[in-house]
Amino acid sequence: MIIMTSRQQILKLYKTMLRESQKFPSYNFKQYAVRRVHDAFKENRSLTDAKFIENQLKEAYRNLDIIKRQVIIGQLYSTEKLVIENIEKNKK
Amino acid sequence: MLPYMTSSFGNMHSRTHAFGWNAEAGVEKARAQVAGLINSSPCEIVFTSGATESSNLAIKGALNYIKKNKIKKPHVITTQTEHKCVLETLRELEDEVEVTYLKVDNKGLIDLEELKRSIKDNTAMIAVMAVNNEIGTVQPLEEIGKIAKKNNVLFFCDAAQGVGKIPIDVNKNNISLMSISGHKMYGPKGIGALFVKNKVRILPLQSGGGQERNFRSGTNPVPLIVGLGKAAEIAKEEMKSNFEYVKMLAQKLIKIIKGNETQESKNDNILPFVIRNGDENGYPGCVNLSFPYVEGESLLLSLPGVALSSGSACTSQSLEPSYVLRALGTKDDLAHSSIRFGIGKFTTEEEVVETAEKVKESVTKLREMSPLYEMVKEGINLDEINWGDN
Repeated sequence: MIIMTSRQQILKLYKTMLRESQKFPSYNFKQYAVRRVHDAFKENRSLTDAKFIENQLKEAYRNLDIIKRQVIIGQLYSTEKLVIENIEKNKK
Repeated sequence: MLPYMTSSFGNMHSRTHAFGWNAEAGVEKARAQVAGLINSSPCEIVFTSGATESSNLAIKGALNYIKKNKIKKPHVITTQTEHKCVLETLRELEDEVEVTYLKVDNKGLIDLEELKRSIKDNTAMIAVMAVNNEIGTVQPLEEIGKIAKKNNVLFFCDAAQGVGKIPIDVNKNNISLMSISGHKMYGPKGIGALFVKNKVRILPLQSGGGQERNFRSGTNPVPLIVGLGKAAEIAKEEMKSNFEYVKMLAQKLIKIIKGNETQESKNDNILPFVIRNGDENGYPGCVNLSFPYVEGESLLLSLPGVALSSGSACTSQSLEPSYVLRALGTKDDLAHSSIRFGIGKFTTEEEVVETAEKVKESVTKLREMSPLYEMVKEGINLDEINWGDN
C-alpha cells in the first residue's frame, strides 16, 4: 500500500516538476530543468528501498520549490527571446 | 544567495552579534562545500575575487615567502599555454625570479621528461594549469604532482577551467596551491578561491584586517561566497552527468561540421579541411576548430545570432592570433581562422545543431569569395608559393 501511494505520489510530482519547469522564461534554463527532471526520475526508476525513496522524494520536493522560486525570479527579469527559440517556434 | 542580500545582511567578520554569526555560518558552509569538491580541508580554502586574483596570490605570495626565507632567486617552471593571469604574473616577476616556459606538443600537452629535466637546485614551483581555457587540453596532473613531490617543489595549478567539470583531487594530485573560479562552474562572477595546502607558506599581497587566515585582507562578499559554495555542491553532484551530456553535444557539433575520419572523403554534406585544435581526449566543453581560407573574425560577424569567440573572453579584444594555438605549432593563418565553441550544461542539442549548420553555411559562403580557396580547389599547394616574389 505504501509503495502504491508512493508511486502515485511520484508520478504526480514528476508531472508537476515538468509542468513548472516549462514556465521558465529563459530558454536554456527551461530546457535544462526539463532535462534534469527527466534524467533524475529515469535514474531512480528502479529504486526499491522505501527509506531511500522517501529521501529522494523529499529532495525532489525541495527542488520543486527551487524551480517555482526561480521561475518567479526569471519572470521578473526576463529578456528577449533567443534566435533558437524563434527557429523552434517556426518549425512547430 | 538571496537571504544573504536581504535578511542575513551581516558582516561575517562581526563577532559580537547574531547578524555577523549568521553570515559567518553561511560562509563556513560554503568553504566546506568548495573543499568537498576538491577533497581538501575547509581550512585550506581562501576566498578571493576570482581565479586571476587567486593565481596572483599563489605565485607572488609563495615566491615572496621563498625569496625572503629560502632561495634568493627562485626558479619557476610553467608552460607556454597558461592563462594570461599566470603568464603575466610571472613576466612581471622575471627580474627576481627565473622562469622556464615549457613547450607543449601539438595537442597542448607538456612533456613530462622535459619537466623533469628542467628542475634545478633553485626550482621552487611548477605552475601548470589543469584544463586549457582555449583548447580544453587536460594536463597529466597526477604525474606532475608526483614529480613536484619527489623534488620537494610546490605545485601550483590554475584549475579555473577544470574544477566542477572534471574530478580534481588536490591530495591525490599532490597540489600545493590551486586557483578556483566561481563563474566557470555556474557560480557568480567576482568570486573565486585559492586552495592553500596546509603548511604551504605564502605572504599576503594586500594589508588590512587579516581576514581569510591573514592571506587576503578585506571584507568577504558573503552572498557571492554562498553562491560559490552552492555552485560547488551542485557541480559535484552533477559532474558525471554534465560531462557525458557536454561530450555528447561536442561530438554532435564536430560530426555535423567535419564528419568523422571515414566520412570526410565520402560525404559532401560536411566541410572539408576543418582542423580540430587541441586534444580530442581533453575537456569536451571547449571545442576549438580552424576553418582554413576563412578569417575567424569574418566568420563570427557572419553569425550574429550565435555567441561564439575566436579565443578566450580575456583576450577577445585583441586581434592577434591566439598565443595558445601558436604554442601548439599552428601557423598564423590557421590560428586566425579558429573559432572556440564553448559548450556547457545549459547548451541544448537544438542550439548545437543550428550552430553547426550555420557555421557550415557561412564558411562555404566565405570560401566561395576567397581567391585562396579557389587556388586550393584548382590543386595549387599554397605552401609552395613564394608570395614575396609577386
